[in-house]
Amino acid sequence: MDWMIGKSIPRKEAEEKVTGAAKYTDDRSDAQMLHVKLKVSTHAHAKLKKIDTSKAEKVTGVHAIIIGESLPLTGTDIKDRPILAYKKVRYFGEPIAAVVAEHPYIAEQAAALIEVTYDPLPIINTTEEAMKQEATLVHENLATYHKTDKVFPEANSNIANRVKVRKGDIQKAWLQSHMTIEENYVVPPSDHTAIETRSAIVEIKPDGTVMITSTTQAPYGVKSEFSETFELEEGKIIATTPLVGGAFGGKVTTQLELIAYIASKAVNGKCVKLTYTREEDMLTAPVRMGLDAKVKLGATKDGKLTAAEITYLIDTGAYADKGTLLTTAVAATCTGPYKIDHIRCDAICVYTNHPYITAYRGFSHSEILFMFERAMDTLAKKLEMDPLQFRKKNAIVKGNTSPTQTVLNESSVGNLPKCIDQLQEMMNWKEGVTIPIDERKIRVKGMCCSWKTSTISGASSGVVLLFNADGSVNILSGIVEIGMGTKTILAQLLAERLKMDINNIHVQMDVNTKTIPEHYKTVASRGTLLAGRALLKAADDAVEQLRDIASRVLTCSPEDLEVGYEKVYVRDDPTTYVYIKDVCYGYQYSNGNSIGGQVIGKGNYTIRHLSHLDPKTGKGKTGPEWTVGAQGVEIEFDQRDFTYKILKAYSVIDIGKVLNYKAALGQVMGSMSMGLSHASAEAYEFREDGTMNIPKLRTYGPLRYGDHPEYIAKFIETAHLDGPYGARGVGEHALIGMPAALGNALSTAAGVELNQLPLTPEMIWRKKVGDKFL
Amino acid sequence: MIPYNFEYYKPTTMKEATNLFQSLLQENKSPIYFAGGTEIITLGRMNKIVTDAVIDIHHIPACHILEQDDTWLTLGAALSLTSIKEMKKFPLLEKVVSEIADRTSRNKITLGGNICANIIYREAVLPFLLTESYAVIATQHGLKERPFQELFDQTLQLKEGEFLVQVKVATKDLALPFFTVKKRRQWGVGYPLLTIAAILKETHIHTAYSGLYAYPFHCEKVDAQLNKPNTERAKRIEHALQAFHKEILHDIHGSDTYRKFVLKNVLTDVIDTLEKG
Amino acid sequence: MEEQVITYQINGRERTFHARNADTMLYVLREKLGLTGAKPGCLNGDCGACTIEVDGKVMKSCLMLAIEGHQKKITTIEGLHQTPIQEQFIENFAFQCGYCSPGFIMNCHALVNQLPNASDSDIKEWLESNMCRCTGYKEMEEAVKATIKKMQ
Repeated sequence: MDWMIGKSIPRKEAEEKVTGAAKYTDDRSDAQMLHVKLKVSTHAHAKLKKIDTSKAEKVTGVHAIIIGESLPLTGTDIKDRPILAYKKVRYFGEPIAAVVAEHPYIAEQAAALIEVTYDPLPIINTTEEAMKQEATLVHENLATYHKTDKVFPEANSNIANRVKVRKGDIQKAWLQSHMTIEENYVVPPSDHTAIETRSAIVEIKPDGTVMITSTTQAPYGVKSEFSETFELEEGKIIATTPLVGGAFGGKVTTQLELIAYIASKAVNGKCVKLTYTREEDMLTAPVRMGLDAKVKLGATKDGKLTAAEITYLIDTGAYADKGTLLTTAVAATCTGPYKIDHIRCDAICVYTNHPYITAYRGFSHSEILFMFERAMDTLAKKLEMDPLQFRKKNAIVKGNTSPTQTVLNESSVGNLPKCIDQLQEMMNWKEGVTIPIDERKIRVKGMCCSWKTSTISGASSGVVLLFNADGSVNILSGIVEIGMGTKTILAQLLAERLKMDINNIHVQMDVNTKTIPEHYKTVASRGTLLAGRALLKAADDAVEQLRDIASRVLTCSPEDLEVGYEKVYVRDDPTTYVYIKDVCYGYQYSNGNSIGGQVIGKGNYTIRHLSHLDPKTGKGKTGPEWTVGAQGVEIEFDQRDFTYKILKAYSVIDIGKVLNYKAALGQVMGSMSMGLSHASAEAYEFREDGTMNIPKLRTYGPLRYGDHPEYIAKFIETAHLDGPYGARGVGEHALIGMPAALGNALSTAAGVELNQLPLTPEMIWRKKVGDKFL
Repeated sequence: MIPYNFEYYKPTTMKEATNLFQSLLQENKSPIYFAGGTEIITLGRMNKIVTDAVIDIHHIPACHILEQDDTWLTLGAALSLTSIKEMKKFPLLEKVVSEIADRTSRNKITLGGNICANIIYREAVLPFLLTESYAVIATQHGLKERPFQELFDQTLQLKEGEFLVQVKVATKDLALPFFTVKKRRQWGVGYPLLTIAAILKETHIHTAYSGLYAYPFHCEKVDAQLNKPNTERAKRIEHALQAFHKEILHDIHGSDTYRKFVLKNVLTDVIDTLEKG
Repeated sequence: MEEQVITYQINGRERTFHARNADTMLYVLREKLGLTGAKPGCLNGDCGACTIEVDGKVMKSCLMLAIEGHQKKITTIEGLHQTPIQEQFIENFAFQCGYCSPGFIMNCHALVNQLPNASDSDIKEWLESNMCRCTGYKEMEEAVKATIKKMQ
């Protein structure tokens, strides 16, 4: 029986979080600290004719004002982004200048007095406009930027990257297809809306050491980016991250840390703080991708998928940042989780004059699946097949290959048919998908399948275990606690491995790049795999040390010893033992002689056998295992008003192994809520000139209490053999099917194909009635 | 963070408040009255309301009155929307204010603050456009009372230095049959696509709207069409829709044509609810 | 006079400090009194992360001037210790990142104390004032209901 695996252990930092004691970046404050406020662009695309700071400089309490001349360019794969806009602005809300002052209100006052003169340029407001031959260029000098060899920007165009997938023989496949559909889909850019806005505190010590505290998911990324951008010694960069108040991918990109650094530099290294307001967090900071697609699907008469031909246009906004990698992810999971032998896909990363994009929980999979799974329903309808049975018939299983031609086995792909069967039963699918309630209202069901892997080659993690003299253990891991609870999971894994009381395991929550071993980035639901495996290796290392010392105390071979239940004991005779607490700091014999020392376990882990995609065919492997699932929603639809309530949301996820039941359920419910919120309400609405109303939470409108449905979740456990105790990633996976499931339910309910997000009553009305009204 | 400084006063009488206002004006200041203050704080931090002196009317007892006798229900302007919602005296008003913002915010937003706000919706106004109501105004020369509907034209027509102290509603109108609904772009909290409040007086339906124009309003011509005798429901609604003479709002919450569609359905519900009863 | 000396009866203690008239209560709690439990999520009254109690009423401290709280009894999350609602938030996994929790808990704490028989619609009316981006809200519903049940 499992000692600790699967148990609903409350998170380690729970007491701190319910008492207000938990500290986040902006909670740090002192009287000496200076404060930074940005001046941001009021145009989406314009030349900067003049930046007049003279009035602002006169405000008492202002220490410095910085504008964007001669600063290095930054970015992930393409160095295309100035820290502060230089010569031109490329999106509404782009930082132009930064004021450093004694008080936040003084900085704000001064920023308002900076006068910027613009010379407007033509706007690229859609991916379609960006792709035109004669389109205005967002980056005139694209070809001259520094870049990695993984991306392929196309000179004199708005194309930052293009990834191709060529599997099978698409032309032949169309000839075998009896039925085809072709549809266009639109998902506009949207926001992460973590309740904590982004914040950074930077100080440069007299010896040149740069101290950065920020709300990042990637403190080690901050460190390497600082080193690269400002040519600093790695050893002199210390990035720390306390608890983070939600991130969802939005806190992967290094943005305001860089601004805070140049601000600190401008005031002789004094400690400066830059905390975004909600408006800046939504406008200036990177956002979630927009995606447009044309999807063509084919099937045989009896409903076997034959071919998929897809063009995805990723709206990366003004800068490439994570857009290029997202493009790889889009290509690598360009279809739903089905056996399709012939695939042709172009994923194209396109510059526009929108805010630039970064990761978002699901890393493009929810956008792709909205499109592909909507297409599946449309094709099922045309085939006159039940959409659930259609999916089951084509469900991907071991022995099939992924779109990038990786052969899948049970460990890597799990058991999708079992998920579909379970969903069918939970949703009482046999009852039918449309059930009348009264003259106006109907109850309608929609479902979809989902899958996700990560795009994560080169990722690794290290863990150190420090024993205390009382036999308890401190875990040091570079995972940032952004809310998903992975650090508690690490404690559970260790408790399981050492069969010890979890209360005697202490987890270091704050990350410090100087003292804590590196964890790649806290992204992609990879914490449990990467850090979990590193931890198990560190535990083995510690066990070996404990057995070594104990063997000398117990005068036996280390091979005869086991560690567990606070003891090191003889396997064959557990009554012969020594307590861990008596050997974990070495051992002192009765004559005073001592051996050994503090036990320090160390371990690291790198995901094996990942590769870049072949530029011609897309062949390759971007991530380790897939997490598959079947998901659904049940809505109550008002046929007169086109309004709806979400009654129930369902998820069946093949999680590999449940490590903490309530925590896993929390990830699934929270993901479903977020996916439904996005699908039903969230989007940036750009005006024709690429600007928008200053966004606020009250108008952006995420789901609130009372809008939430009943959640019904079930886990399937098909072990991922590389994962700790068989676990798969689960931090994002219940989100990614929600838009498609809702779209499918509403399309059935309204009797019209709804191929764009968000699914607002007005959008449904427009499709259904539109110009026919009045 | 409000990026500018201001003086703060808390007078305890109406006289003191209006005198303060005048003397601040004479010092070339631009004072503003502060009730719940939520809008001054939220628009202030965006530099959309700028002031150098704030006069908080919270400490004036008359602004907190909640009294009812045989003829009038008197409501102080500084009463919070939560206390209005929970008073159990004027069901239409209680229902209308319960849809403004959210409950915690309603603990701070006041009746007078909402009526006199910059925000275009100001839904607390709607019930007073439909009932026999008076605005009680503090002026430099003492209190004055004016019929609410007379004084309200897009905004409450207050002269510089005046402030709303109370609203009085005829007791006889409090329990009239009513219908009100707030329709949003999506989900349960937030600004309206449109809010309608309607009452039935004898056999006549009276309606008032928020979210259609940049201000709340009541329109006799619309009501005339809605109440047209011997006309079938669909025709009355069609003619009522044509009687909205101004361009309907078109913004991020919804387009003008969609708002019309929603309005049409809501008018159907108004008639069905009020004429059925 | 653009600044004042302000006194609060806060979490059972009297605290006196200087503040600008234009400072919000949220700002002084965090920057002058070191009470960083109340969180800035929007500064616009939309998210509820800064919710506190003032004279027995829950308030969003970003929607109040510091001066408005002068001489008043104020409770922040730091003033709650081992209350039933805090225990149930832990038990029911009603938070993940924890950033909305201080505000959510303050609101729920007031709810269970003021409406010990709160109905589903009362709970909805109160709790829609706070935004959470991590959970599915079901967790808070269960925490509130469990607390009410325990308190009866």
